[in-house]
Amino acid sequence: MAVLEILTYPDERLKQESVPVADFDDDLRARVAALEETRLAGPGAVGIAAPQVGWFERVVIVDVSKLKKPVPNHGYLVLVNPEITAWEGFAVGREGCLSVPDFTGNVIRAEAIRLEARDPWGQALEFQMQGFEARAVQHEMDHLDGLLFLDRLVSRRNDLFRRKNHQ
Amino acid sequence: MSNWCMLTLVGTDRPGIVAAIAQALFQGGANLGETSMARLGGNFTVMMMVQHEGDTEALRSLVEPVAASLGLRLHLDPIEAHLHQHRIPDVRISVFGADRAGIVAQVTTALARVGFNILDLQSDVGGSKSTPFYVLHIEGQADDGVEAIEQALAPLRDSGVEVEVQSIETMIG
Ligand SMILES: [Zn+2]
Repeated sequence: MAVLEILTYPDERLKQESVPVADFDDDLRARVAALEETRLAGPGAVGIAAPQVGWFERVVIVDVSKLKKPVPNHGYLVLVNPEITAWEGFAVGREGCLSVPDFTGNVIRAEAIRLEARDPWGQALEFQMQGFEARAVQHEMDHLDGLLFLDRLVSRRNDLFRRKNHQ
Repeated sequence: MSNWCMLTLVGTDRPGIVAAIAQALFQGGANLGETSMARLGGNFTVMMMVQHEGDTEALRSLVEPVAASLGLRLHLDPIEAHLHQHRIPDVRISVFGADRAGIVAQVTTALARVGFNILDLQSDVGGSKSTPFYVLHIEGQADDGVEAIEQALAPLRDSGVEVEVQSIETMIG
């Protein structure tokens, strides 16, 4: 499998909405493998969405298990036809994107989510996620709806004070 | 061959400054790179990376008339434009407290001592004339990690200033 070419902003195709996966077959799993190889070839990406490589089906990969500073996670996840069924809280965090080189910005995301999806064999998956992993999933799922984090930027200058932890 | 300049403007704030300057540059065939502009205590300040076919004097003749008409002082420095090489900050520091002399000096000296590289600094004075307070936001790169920053700033915390150090995890995906 070769590393695939990543579409970069302002490529119009990144605005395209992706369609649900219908067939959970070997072809799907081969495409997932190529998508993962492409993610790993990028600079420190914890996720990738199929439309970023011009594949307009609802497939994302997220893996936040290899960070220097560990965060709660569910390991390596291939999420097919993912749906967020519940949101809770919000948090400002810094994001970048393989499709938006040399730019990072602050984005507000739900702090915790409940997620349903299929694995590449069609088995049902369900997760309760929080923090960095929830952020990564929300970022990747935006790609499936033709959205980039640029669509959700909030000002860096008027950043919110984070609530302090008094120990 | 095109040249890059850092264009700096300072003057009393009024509506239309950015539009007038940006138009003059655009009409004159100049290009903008990264910029930073803000109202600081009733003054408007502009820093712009400007790309221009001519030399610094040609650029000056383009901007000077507009700047003068708006009461702005103009300064130009030839620069090298290192675009598309953003550094990603990994630590964010917030400091706030009753305004007193030396806060910025103390914070930044402590940071410099541990090799912290400031990428962005914004500070503001709030409150009233009689009880002003100071707010400082810094983002940058800490090669030695958050702990070293915490330790370096601990003495400030003891002096009654609120100090918060957060690591910034940039999610790339
Ligand atoms: Zn992305």
